[in-house]
Amino acid sequence: MDLAHLVGEAHKKKKVVEFGPGDTVKVHTRVSEGNKERTQIFEGVVIERKHGGLAETFTVRRIAHGVGVERSFLIHSPRIEKIDVIRRGVVRRAKLYYLQDRVGSKATRIKEKK
Amino acid sequence: MKHILGRKVGMTSVFRADGSAEPVTVIAAGPCQVVDVKTPDRDGYEAVVLGFEDAKFKHTSKPMRGRFERLGVAPKAVLREVRISPGALKVGDTVSVAAFGIGDRVDVTGFSKGKGFAGIIKRWNGSGGGASHGSMIHRQPASNGDTNAAKSVKGSRRPGHLGVERVTVQNLEVIATDAQRNLLLVRGAVPGARHGLVLVRPSVKAKTETALRA
Repeated sequence: MDLAHLVGEAHKKKKVVEFGPGDTVKVHTRVSEGNKERTQIFEGVVIERKHGGLAETFTVRRIAHGVGVERSFLIHSPRIEKIDVIRRGVVRRAKLYYLQDRVGSKATRIKEKK
Repeated sequence: MKHILGRKVGMTSVFRADGSAEPVTVIAAGPCQVVDVKTPDRDGYEAVVLGFEDAKFKHTSKPMRGRFERLGVAPKAVLREVRISPGALKVGDTVSVAAFGIGDRVDVTGFSKGKGFAGIIKRWNGSGGGASHGSMIHRQPASNGDTNAAKSVKGSRRPGHLGVERVTVQNLEVIATDAQRNLLLVRGAVPGARHGLVLVRPSVKAKTETALRA
């Protein structure tokens, strides 16, 4: 492992909740407004996890007021307080980009893992 | 003294205390040793000669062996002179990353990566010609000036060798230092390939900025 990698390792979170594409999650992020800090929650379906190491990200998709909203987070970002897994989904691919083209609750349904 | 020699290790990203991710270059810097101090009396100017990385005895030439022996320091593989007033520095002193603090502004000098014989688009940021519709000027230099001049204007942009050039990137922020492992993390990119030699100096611009603010 090269030195650049080792430096990043120190910034990694020790423990990250296990989750993957198809899971429904609640992401608690710390947002600072002026000098006040509060927690913001973003809930939706994880449609991808990409990159590795410190740069690993995941994208959460939800339908807000009829509009698809996607937000990407750095997994190891200190701004993420915690990630709650609400529901485990059964999916057959790693990237759920097909959800972006689908409309309606029936078309975007994901089976729950038993 | 905030001058140090190092080798570029590579780039990664780290998080700041406020949670923002920053792109950083890791430099394995120092420890360097002051090998010589040049004085106006002896040399006509002031400077400090920094030595970096120990050299094997067999790789040190006889004249250099004599010089190192006279100065009483172990032979060094890399010697670089920095034109600063030595102040309290004397031969044998060690310079490490401990001299740098978080938030310091530095200039980093190195040799850029070699690009070989490069065309006008890569070398001079030319825009190139049309790709189709019968255009026969794709990546050509096109016009280089007056057709009546009877000579080439000096400095006209032509293809040629690109890279392997001394490049300085100014005003980089020091994000972190690691005294145990002799690492310096600066924000942004640094010239050269991995394992390339770089010289880190206090920023020239930051100095003027503070002077202006004062």
